Amino acid sequence: MFDMIGNIFKNLGTKPATRCYPFEKREPFEASRGRVKGIEIEKCIFCGICSRKCPADAIRVDRNAKSWEIDPFKCVICGACAEVCPKKCVIMDEAYTQPTTAKDKLTYVQAAKEESQSQAG
Amino acid sequence: MNGKTVIPFGPQHPVLPEPLQLKLVMQDEKIVEAIPAIGYVHRGLEKLTETKEFTQNVFVIERICGICSFKHALAYCQGMENLMGIEVPDRARFLRVIWGELHRMHSHLLWLGLLADAFGFESLFMQAWRDREKVMDIMEATAGSRVIISTNQIGGTRRDISPEMLAKIVDVVNDVKEDIERVEKVFCNDYTVKHRMVGIGVLSKENAKLWGAVGPMARGSGIAEDVRTLGYAAYGELDLEPVVETDGDCYARMKVRLRELYQSIDLIKQAIAKIPEGPINVPVKGNPNGEVISRVEQPRGEALYYMRANGGKTLDRLRVRTPTFANIPTLLKMLPGHHLADVPILILTIDPCISCTER
Ligand code: SF4
Ligand code: SF4
Repeated sequence: MFDMIGNIFKNLGTKPATRCYPFEKREPFEASRGRVKGIEIEKCIFCGICSRKCPADAIRVDRNAKSWEIDPFKCVICGACAEVCPKKCVIMDEAYTQPTTAKDKLTYVQAAKEESQSQAG
Repeated sequence: MNGKTVIPFGPQHPVLPEPLQLKLVMQDEKIVEAIPAIGYVHRGLEKLTETKEFTQNVFVIERICGICSFKHALAYCQGMENLMGIEVPDRARFLRVIWGELHRMHSHLLWLGLLADAFGFESLFMQAWRDREKVMDIMEATAGSRVIISTNQIGGTRRDISPEMLAKIVDVVNDVKEDIERVEKVFCNDYTVKHRMVGIGVLSKENAKLWGAVGPMARGSGIAEDVRTLGYAAYGELDLEPVVETDGDCYARMKVRLRELYQSIDLIKQAIAKIPEGPINVPVKGNPNGEVISRVEQPRGEALYYMRANGGKTLDRLRVRTPTFANIPTLLKMLPGHHLADVPILILTIDPCISCTER
């Protein structure tokens, strides 16, 4: 019993182990796999390797429409797509996905050379 | 039934984080028989592995269990590497030990917290989980994720750990060790803890063998059995003695897990001291063909993997025998004769992981 009292007194004298969350945020670790942020669509060659290697079938690549689409709610953030992409155009972010109210997909369409990116729901 | 009552225990129960249901046949306050009902979190992952490419399966297999995800992936990768004759680079073998033992640490700290929670010692529960958090942070900083760390792949590991990070891991485990030393005193000497655990759920060495107990269950009953001593990954090059206690009660099983924490810390430090430089993975060529069995020691005991492939991209069959599955018969045999109030502690000391049992 005295062992625990010792612990308790030590804890009283030290900083709390928890954070006061919305006011104090933890910086994400550099190596963290937070989410798939999107892709650099101009670089993509629509080879479809990312979608074939994705274990969660979260990516749809359409070569004819030149579109790349990810369902962030299916994605398990394994990072395989970013690893296998020959053009290294899949962007991973170390911050976690923010909560949202709509289950939107992220769609990127490669424009015919001038304009680069459009995002739609 | 003359004077007998059936009390359902679980699948939702305040002390059980896992959806295990036991129908307890009671005579007054004593248990006469325990009938298990599992199947609440079956997800069909074994079937799913038959539809994915064998390299993708690593991600599926990691999701069999949240707590020992790395060890499941390790068992699978090692099996496939044996089947395909892949030689894993030395550095990868040591990295696997480091991550594997970090997983064991966080699993045992989680368990100690849950145990303290089960006998109502809230402050001790917080203390154990606070230390666990330090291990989780290390996991995220090195592997990119807290629990499903996805660092294993067939042929090695996906990520490397930098020398600075290795030094930091040593610092953190030393820090955690100091903390564990303090909570260990409470776990081992406190009156409340002893009152709830000593002499409860005694499993003799013979019965542990007979009913096929694995992991800390078996080691708490005096069976020095630990798959790591076979020397998979880099364990063969490290100093390792199975932790054994002989009393066979709940208290002994707790002591096994406490001492295994020190063992893990020691193994991590040994591995970091010995880790060689070099590549961390080799490319996988071709498809697997044939069948293979692979075993690893998870925090809860021995896991057994069976894989059969036919030369295609997908597997024919993958079968997992998880440690909790092996320990449930022992639990059922142990329960009769105990009071209802001891059931939570007894169930917890097998460290049940129902989601991996049901997959
Ligand atoms: S692998 Fe890369 S280049 Fe190929 S489709 Fe995917 S994002 Fe585009
Ligand atoms: S991170 Fe993994 S799950 Fe998510 S889209 Fe990429 S490959 Fe698929």
